[in-house]
Parts: sequence; C-alpha cells; structure tokens
Amino acid sequence: MKQLQAFIRKEFKHIFRDGLTVLILFVMPIAQLLIFGYVVSTEMRDAHIGILDHARDEATREITRRMAASGYFKIDAMLSSEAQIEPAFRQGRLKMVVVFEPGFSQRLQKDGTASVQLLADASDANTAQLLTGYSNGIIQKFAMEQNVASGAMPSIHTQVRMFYNEALKGVFMSVPGLMAMILMIVSAMMTSISITREKEFGSMEVLLISPLKPWQIIVGKVIPYLLLAFVNILTILSMSYWVFQMPVNGSLALLLGVSTLFTLVALSLGIFISTVASNQMVAMFISMFALMLPTILLSGFIYPIENMPWALQVLSNIMPPKWFIIAIKRIMLQGGGMEYIWKEVLILSGFVVLFITLSVKRFNVRIG
Amino acid sequence: MITIHQLTKQFGPVTAVDRVSLTVNGGELFGFIGPDGAGKTTLLRMVNSLMLPTSGEVSLWGLNPVTDYKQVRTMIGYMPGKFSLYLDLTVEENLQFFASVFGTTVAENYHLIADIYSHIELFKHRKAGQLSGGMKQKLALSCALIHKPRLLILDEPTTGVDAVSRGEFWEMLRKLKHSGITILVSTPYMDEAALCDRVALMQNGNVLQVDTPIGITQGFTRPLFAIRTQHRHEALQSLRGWEYVHKVYPYGETLHYIDHRQGVTVDDIEAYLSVCGIAHQGVQRVAPGIEDRFMELMDG
Amino acid sequence: MTHTETVITVSHLYKKFGKFTANDDLNFEVYRGEIFGFLGANGAGKTTAMRILCGLSSPTSGTAMVAGYNVAEQPELVKRNIGYMSQKFSLYEDLTIWENMRLYAGIYGVTGKAFRDRAENLLSELHFLNHRHELIAGLSLGWKQKLAFTVALIHRPAIVFLDEPTGGVDPVTRRQFWEMIYEAAHQGTTIFVTTHYMDEAEYCDRITIMADGKIKALDTPGNLKASMGVETMNEVFVGLTR
Repeated sequence: MKQLQAFIRKEFKHIFRDGLTVLILFVMPIAQLLIFGYVVSTEMRDAHIGILDHARDEATREITRRMAASGYFKIDAMLSSEAQIEPAFRQGRLKMVVVFEPGFSQRLQKDGTASVQLLADASDANTAQLLTGYSNGIIQKFAMEQNVASGAMPSIHTQVRMFYNEALKGVFMSVPGLMAMILMIVSAMMTSISITREKEFGSMEVLLISPLKPWQIIVGKVIPYLLLAFVNILTILSMSYWVFQMPVNGSLALLLGVSTLFTLVALSLGIFISTVASNQMVAMFISMFALMLPTILLSGFIYPIENMPWALQVLSNIMPPKWFIIAIKRIMLQGGGMEYIWKEVLILSGFVVLFITLSVKRFNVRIG
Repeated sequence: MITIHQLTKQFGPVTAVDRVSLTVNGGELFGFIGPDGAGKTTLLRMVNSLMLPTSGEVSLWGLNPVTDYKQVRTMIGYMPGKFSLYLDLTVEENLQFFASVFGTTVAENYHLIADIYSHIELFKHRKAGQLSGGMKQKLALSCALIHKPRLLILDEPTTGVDAVSRGEFWEMLRKLKHSGITILVSTPYMDEAALCDRVALMQNGNVLQVDTPIGITQGFTRPLFAIRTQHRHEALQSLRGWEYVHKVYPYGETLHYIDHRQGVTVDDIEAYLSVCGIAHQGVQRVAPGIEDRFMELMDG
Repeated sequence: MTHTETVITVSHLYKKFGKFTANDDLNFEVYRGEIFGFLGANGAGKTTAMRILCGLSSPTSGTAMVAGYNVAEQPELVKRNIGYMSQKFSLYEDLTIWENMRLYAGIYGVTGKAFRDRAENLLSELHFLNHRHELIAGLSLGWKQKLAFTVALIHRPAIVFLDEPTGGVDPVTRRQFWEMIYEAAHQGTTIFVTTHYMDEAEYCDRITIMADGKIKALDTPGNLKASMGVETMNEVFVGLTR
C-alpha cells in the first residue's frame, strides 16, 4: 500500500511540475467552455425584435414600453400579421417576435391569466435562449405588479417557440459534448502519455524490475487523473450552471456518477493506448485521431447522429462519448432518472470492462 | 553464482545474442565489453528477467528469471542504459520514491549508499534534470542500491559521462564489491575492462572470450610494436606495403605494428621506415592492450 | 608535417550568457591539415565554442576567423566552407546512401556531373559503390559513421567538425574511421574533433582541454602526458580539471 501511495504522490508531482500539463488540465477546459459558450455574441444590447400586438391595449403597450426601456431590445417593427414573421427572420432583420393575444389586458384583469408568444430565431441558439429568457423576466415582473379584481395572483403564460432549431442546439447542447471531449483529453490522452513517457525514458524498466505489481502501476497512474477529471467535471458543471444558466433538472448525484463512469471509460482507454503505443508521440497521435476526432464528429456533439449516413450511424454506436452525451442530456435537460439511462450506463460499464481486460492482457511484465 | 547456458535471443532474422555460455561468481565485478550492437543490453535484460530468451537458460543462485521472475526482481538493482530517473523530481524525491517502491526506506539502508549519496546530498533539493552527468549517475546508482540488492546490473553506466566522473564511478563500484554485492556491468569502453575482475568480450551477439583483463591481454602472443610518427597516413601506407607485415593500425597517437616473423626487432622496423623516408620519434616493443586482443579475436 | 597555413584563428574570444561566462578568453590557432582535438567535460564550454566556430552563434567579444572568414560578420561564408558530422545525427535512415549524398551535396550547391563524379569517387574509395542504392537504416553503425564522414566531405570543405565521432563503435571500425580521417587530413582538410572520450583524443595531432570556460592546456597528446608524468589522456584530463 505504501508503494502505491509513493507512486501516486510521484504522479501528482509530475503533473503539477509541468506547466503544460497544468494548463491542459485546468485552463483548457474553462477556455473551451467559454469559447463554445460564446461562439455567439452575448452582447445583448439592442437586439432587434418585432411586436405583433393583436390586443393593442394598455397592458401590451406597457410591456412593449418596458422591453424597449430595458436596453436589451430595440423595437424594430410593429407587425400586423403572422405572415410577416418568417420573412423577417429569414432576412435576419429580427431576432425575436413577441405576439400578444387579442384582448390581452381584459383577460388578464378578468381571468387573472393571459398569454404571450415569444418566437425566436434559434439558428443562433444562444442568443435565442437569452432573448426569450430576458423577455420572460420582464413579462413576469409586469404580471406580478398587476392588481387584479379576482384577488388571485395574476399570471401571464409565455409560450416560447424556437424557429429553425427546435431542439435548441446551443451552449446547452455543447456542454455535454464538451464534457465528453475534455474528459477524453484529460483522462485518455494524459494517462496514455504519462505511461508511455516512462517507457520512453527507460524508467518503466526500473518499475518493472521493482516489486511494484502491474495493477499498482496502472492504478497509480489512474487515480491522479481520476481525481483531476472529477475536478474538471465540477468546474464544467458549475460554469454551465452559473455562467450559462444551464439547468440541472435531474439528480446531481446521478450526473456526477455517470460522469465518473465515463471518466473511467476514458482512463481505461488511455491505459489501453499506452499498452499499444511505444512512445509519447504515438500515444498522442492515437489519442488525437482515434479519440478526439470521433468524439467530436461521431458522437452527436456537433453533427446530429440522425442525419449521418447509415454506416456512420452504426459506427457511432461504438463511440463511448455518444452514450455519455445521451445519458447526461437526459439527466440535465429532461430530468431523467436512472430508469431512463440504465441502457447507456450498462454500455459504458461494458466499455470499462472491455478496455481493462484488453489492457491487462496486453500489459507486459517484460519488454520485447 | 550466475550461470548462463547457451543463451540466445532472436529478433526476427537478427540474432542479438548467440548461444552465450558463461558463469559469474558471487561477489565478482564482471564486465561485458563490446561495441554498440554487440548484444550487451539484450543479454543483461535476459538475466534481469525483463526479456525472455529465445532459447538457453539463466540461473541466478538457482532461480530462473523466466519462471521465478518475481523473486528474481526483488534481488536485483538495475540501472538501464537510458537515464531512468525522474528529471522533474528532486534528488531526494527520486531516492525516496525508489525506496518506497522497493518496500524500504532511505533511513533503513542509508549506510549502503552513504558513500555515493554523500557526493550529491548537498543538492538534494535540486531537480534531477539539473544535475551534471556524473551526479545523475551517482543518483541513479544510489536509487538502484537503496533496497540492498544481491545483484547489481548496470547497463552502460559510464556512456556519455566525462573522464573524471567515470573514474569516480568505477571507484565506487570497487568499494561496493567489497561489501559482497555481485556486479554485472556493460561498457563500450575497452579501457574500462581493466577495472573489472573478469570480462566477457562481446561482438555481434557472441562472446569472444571470457577471462581476467590480464588473461585477455596475455592471449595476445605476437610481438607488438608501437611506432610514433607525425606522418601516420604515409607510415600506414608504407608499412602495409612491406612484405613482412601482418597488421598495422592506428592506436592512439601511435601506430601498432605486428610482423609475420617472430624474431623481428625494433631495428628491422626502423630500418624499413628510413628506407621509406618516414621520419619517426621512435619504435618500441609494447605490451598489448585489450583493444589489440579484441581486434585479433574479431579476426577469428 | 609542418603547419604553416592557419585555417582557424581565435583571439580573445568571450561568450557570455547573462552573468555566466561560457567561453572565457579563448586563444588558439588551428593549421591546415591538422587533426585538432577539443576536449572538455559536459558544460565546460566546448559546445558553445564550436557553435561559434561553425557560425551558428556570435561571440560576445573577441574574434574568430574560420576558413578565412570572420564568424561574426560572414557566418554564411563560414558555413559554406565547413562540414559537420555528429554521432547523434548524421544521415537520414529512410533515404539511400546515394540520396543522402545528393541531398547534402545539393545543399552546398554541388550538383549534376560534379556531384556524380565526386560521389562515385568517394564511394569507390570506400569500396562501397555497389551499395549506393541501399537504405541507411539497413547498415551497421560502423558503416553509417564512415558514410557520414564521407558525406561531410562531399563539398570539399576546408574544415570538418566532428562531434564524438567514434563513440560506441568496435575497435576495427574505429581504426578504419581514423584512417579515413588521416587520409582527409593528409589531403589538406582540417579536422576539428570535439569529444569527451579521452581515448579519442589520443588520435589527434594536438588537443586543447577546456574546463570552466577556459582553455587549460593545448599541446600534443604526447607532450601533455609527458609534462604531467602520466600514461594516459584520462589522467591528464583528471589532473587538469580536478
């Protein structure tokens, strides 16, 4: 046990003494999340919107006024019919249209409830998300301030509709993919490089000659990266939650559990790569081309799997990130519990068993 | 005692080690001397259990590195040819790491390495990557010794190390030998053979000869002459054209000359050189070096 | 062998990196056709000095003339007139002997018939012309060394710099290599050998020993050994650098 401890301590020293490693481990995930999160400008001043006011009453005028005064929006057009909405989006003139139902004020006063539709051009998913969010805030605040005859809490029902991108693939969608990618880099690439480095420098020969058992060498390499990957998971999740207001609708514990499981997949893959690669450069290339590209291209991270050719769809099934992304989307966005993701969890566990078995088989207590 | 019997290692079509048989006595400082590619590293790796032989056997005090590799590994201290320390760890951290990995502590076996480690202890907080070649080598040796091995295997420990550090290193090995440890060391430097108890001269996977350094040079029986001249190129050409020449080749700042005739004298050679008009600063009968014998053996 | 023509002149050469003085007032001359050994431990400053002489780095002060050119002012002309061979890197393993020769010759502007004549001549001397289309990777270490030296001579440089040329080769090949060097020196090429192997030093006409950035000694191996009353260059080196 003492041997393992000494080994793990040594690994941490390697990691923290190498500036580049620290950068990859801690700065890169944050930078990537920010880049992906802000691919669309979040400069929310003066977004051009249109108003389609079927009511034209006191309340709708007041909401329109407040929206214009917020500084977020610039009322660009007062539309007169639904038919004008699509062309305006197509031309890129408007980012959002607010549609008030007929008799808005009246219904609000009498029934205590009225509804408004927020139609957004979601080809720019991030902006659409923010615009509808802000509008909703203004509308709900207005609703709260109304004194209604019935004495009940007034409510304005907002109905959001995203044009062009109903599934809203924006930052919410990129967070799961990003987590998959970062965990792959941190776990698979860094572990495989750190093991092959020992082979390259000849220290592996001394480790093999020592009473350290192969499993101790492997566990000693895995534990530091498992911990660091967990730190990364927490960083990414907190940033998505606080910076990008991404919801965590499901259980946080389950989310962390699945992420840790995926980290294990990546780590076992990293170990497997190191048993195949003879030096750091080979390990790096295998990680880049065998892991990163499929993670990005075939996991549904960027290109929807449904739109891929049949052969690639089949291929995507053997990409561990695909299952991870499906699982955490279910948890985060749809609030799904274990009963909805057991299949993905099972598949990911299968990958761990597979790669560990292959690695143990291939791990050589000798050289050549 | 170490017995190597008909040991062979084949890499595809290449025979790296070819039916080597020899024994090393307990407590001996035994050298494997030969150029790069002679098979020294492969041989040592088969002895220390890191490589499986294609055929043949090794016995380390009755243990077989193929089947008993776990026990074998606990009794070996090993310094691979490539510098194997962690350059980003300090001197002290390296030593502590290897001590823990071998299930011991620095304090427990400090007496074993005190002599060597004291040279570098002053720099114990310096990273191994910032040490000079000689200091790295001392640290690597300390790390290989920290678990009190019965057998120390050093693969080209002096390659790339300057003359002063090489001298110090061999001095350390001699001291270690007195503590009863058996040492196998490989080196491409012929002059280091003289520092071993016995050596095996290796070339192309074969052992040419196993003997004490003196025994090896005594195997060279022809009269050998050293010719000192500034005109080495011309002298070589002229001597090669002489009917009595057996061999002539550069040897340090001199040329070594071997004649066909047993009774050849210095005067004969000097006379020939003056006939050829080659100025020289003396011809001397000299004792052969390891390299002279090595070349004779290479000729078969 | 009387040396009259000077091909390297170094006077009051200093190279400083910040506060650290890597070369401290170096002064020496190397003659045409001489085999000049440049020895020192790692970090003694020999690599720095050699980089300056090859035109890769400028001196902080002092002058170095190599093959008639000032290394600080005409480094490109210096580079054209020298050859270089190191044990660490010499020839491209995945190219044939002939392709390697053509590459290096081309770099120095030796092409066409001039190249073919020269390359065939050099390979014939080695009795290796029939092997010219073999890959470097398949050759023994000894042959690689000999070919690397040949390639370094292909543009007929005035000076060839050799960095630890014969470490790790067998005694027979090593002697063949030194004989090639003697031959080249005999034809007027100056050979500048940097090494920390003392037995390599014994083969040089004259040697300098560097330590702590300074030249500690400069003489023939025989005179150095005699002056210190020792048998080997190893002992000379240990005596001078301790």
